[in-house]
Amino acid sequence: MKQKVKLRDMSKEERKPLIHLEDQDLMALPPPLDDPARDHGWTPLSEQVQQNYECALDDTCAVSVLKPKSPEEEKALVGKFLTGLEKLFTRENNWTFLQPLILTMEHCAKCQTCSEACHIFEASGKNELYRPTYRSEILRRLYFKYVKRGGLVSAWQHGDIQLNWPLVARLIELSYRCNLCRRCAQTCPVGADNGLVAHELRKVFSQEMGIAPKELHDNGSMLQLKVGSSTGMNPEAVKDNIAFIDEEISERTGIEVRTPWDVEGADILLIHNAGEILAWPENPGAFALVLSAAGLSWTMSSELVAYDSINYGLWYDDVQFARVALKHAEAARKLKVKKIVIGECGHAHKALSVVADRVLLGESNIPRVSSLTLLRDIVISGRIKFDPARNNFPVTLHDPCNVVRLMGVVEPQREVVRRLCPKFREMEPHGVDNYCCGGGSGFAIMSGHNFADWRFRISGRKKLQQILTAFQDCLEPSIPKYLCAPCSNCKGQLRDMLAYYDLWEKNKILYGGLVELIVNAMVDTKPGFIQWEWH
Amino acid sequence: MMTASIFVVVYAAVLAFAIACVARAVGYARLPLHLRWELYPIPHEEKERARHGGSYFELTDWWTKPTHINLLGELRSMASEIFFLRGLWEFRKKMWYRSYPFHLGLYLVIGAAGLLFFTAVLSILFPAFLFSGTAGIIQFAYRAAWLAGAILILLGAASLLIYRLTDEQLRPYTVPGDVFNLVLFIATPGLLCCGYLVRPADSPSALALAQGLLTFDTAVKVPGLLATGLIIGSLLLAYIPLTHMSHFIAKYFTYHFVRWDDRASLKDRKLEAKIAEYLTYRPNWGAPHVGGNSLNSWGDIVTSNPTQGGRK
Repeated sequence: MKQKVKLRDMSKEERKPLIHLEDQDLMALPPPLDDPARDHGWTPLSEQVQQNYECALDDTCAVSVLKPKSPEEEKALVGKFLTGLEKLFTRENNWTFLQPLILTMEHCAKCQTCSEACHIFEASGKNELYRPTYRSEILRRLYFKYVKRGGLVSAWQHGDIQLNWPLVARLIELSYRCNLCRRCAQTCPVGADNGLVAHELRKVFSQEMGIAPKELHDNGSMLQLKVGSSTGMNPEAVKDNIAFIDEEISERTGIEVRTPWDVEGADILLIHNAGEILAWPENPGAFALVLSAAGLSWTMSSELVAYDSINYGLWYDDVQFARVALKHAEAARKLKVKKIVIGECGHAHKALSVVADRVLLGESNIPRVSSLTLLRDIVISGRIKFDPARNNFPVTLHDPCNVVRLMGVVEPQREVVRRLCPKFREMEPHGVDNYCCGGGSGFAIMSGHNFADWRFRISGRKKLQQILTAFQDCLEPSIPKYLCAPCSNCKGQLRDMLAYYDLWEKNKILYGGLVELIVNAMVDTKPGFIQWEWH
Repeated sequence: MMTASIFVVVYAAVLAFAIACVARAVGYARLPLHLRWELYPIPHEEKERARHGGSYFELTDWWTKPTHINLLGELRSMASEIFFLRGLWEFRKKMWYRSYPFHLGLYLVIGAAGLLFFTAVLSILFPAFLFSGTAGIIQFAYRAAWLAGAILILLGAASLLIYRLTDEQLRPYTVPGDVFNLVLFIATPGLLCCGYLVRPADSPSALALAQGLLTFDTAVKVPGLLATGLIIGSLLLAYIPLTHMSHFIAKYFTYHFVRWDDRASLKDRKLEAKIAEYLTYRPNWGAPHVGGNSLNSWGDIVTSNPTQGGRK
């Protein structure tokens, strides 16, 4: 039963979730998931979680904010939030996004054009709580009331809001119900950006209140700055792992592979998402093989942070973002490489190529390029021989938002799959109009409490619909199918979601990167690089 | 006395509108250069890439290639957005059917006002101009544009108001200010149209009124209803730039300086100079990992490592 949530409900003192989603409320899925029996029920939050943490928004809990112990503590937290809110609108504290934020605050026409574009809103059965403007409207009213100090006239002109701890606690959670894919912003006639609103709220919580999901902060950017990678791998461990991968790939392909480390003066510094090394070792292995086979001068760096392209600060904290980006650039500067190539990781693409472009100065401003462009160049160069018949299975391509809509790398990956995959078919819509995998903005690595349920059933639902529709003519398990997702976070989300719905076991839908398809089609390698087994 | 008061209100409103618009635009322009946050497609990209939403990042060694600005593509995109509200047409047709007549009406009224004052100026400078065929055509054009524009504004605003108050997506986000704004847009053309229709025989023409305004000729007698329409219209004019309705200013920034701003600092070293200045700012964010205490600059903070202490 759909509940109609109002803006003022965010301030409700009663600590009960504002909504509960039932299966029948959600957007319908195509076969084979059109049968509700194949869907899952929600895993309810435990009593203990509900008692200890602020979980009064919806069915889940992403951030795990401890409940304040007293009204005084609540008051202090509200005060901190207000201080952070004020700082968000000053140039000294937020020069990084002040202009787009103020424009968004002051000019939304509330026409709701953005809502139709949001996959989370649509998948939830158009639940008001997940409407892109719901979150923005709360912040807008707070802005006019507390930052602009508009008083009664402002309340009349922009609407009023009651600020209390329940509102702040719910807003913390609500800022993590957006994938920051910015599909909504793409459709806004005025140019307002509701994705940015979620981003900026997360910044207030992190940069002022020290509140962020553990997976992004403590086990993410902080761990990366401490040991070099959010995977926990230090330089020695990463080198060991890569050596093992080189051996494995050499054996599997019949071509000797050796990853070069810390080669000064190499043309290319390749930075992978280190998660690939542990979860999908065939991906960095395939890169090593292809780059070497193409005769390129390249290296990896064992410098702290520089062997892991992830930059979780992009999603919640400008300071952490800039720290990591500078470390990446610093390693490239030390090695005197001509360019940095970013492996198959969407957010790393946008972080280092686009957003960090206004952080890296002088000698640190080393050109950054997408591995997808480099792979396209290699494939069309003729330096490696391919047999597309080796990829004679249905392939569809997922577009990572950070690579397409937010960076404009759309065709290179398509040129590769069109050339090497005879049974390639597009998802609809695709390219810059794509839908997020549902794991964007950090969700792919967030599974605390029952949050995974939410990201498979809600944020990933639209992508699931697209995948199933793309393979609708070949869903039989006798036909293996390949979902190409050139992004580590997307792969993480897709892996977990395909497993959740049993789509490998029952429908033989496998996922993987782009470079694996390239190696699989290489004439000089042993056939069968892509192994049709779940991983 | 009454005519003089009306003229003063009109002058003041035009002045307030201009000052507020300039202040808003200057305010936005002076905000610091932000981190890159563009959205594709970008229409000033090379034609083929613009078609699929690609960027120069699709090129091999993009920084070695000349920067290509497809000005025609950008102008075409701007024109279709400004004159036809393409975004709304593409993504929310229900709203377009209401919003477009309203905006088209505004354009027609602005055009009519431009032609009217153009004629008034010429007729003051060259009285014989009024007897020329051109003057006749222009007079017909502004009368037609005004009438069509006023009707479109009235109908558009009324339809937007009804939509806003009845649609379940819009109603929860509609505040009294929104209703007030639309009512003003209904009242202004409504009063002016009614004032025109029921005007006494000796009422001044629009041209005489414009000439009176330009020369501050208080001998021009403005009938009551028309005067009320003029005063409310003037107040509306002054009020627009104080509200979100000034999105005609904001859109310049949201499109050119956010959505389409793909300038690479490698090719535009002036950007680096600005960023270097911002890195001297001293933030005071309170979370411990930031280390912001108004003493450290952004440059200090982002080159420090909170897990290892000190500057690295």
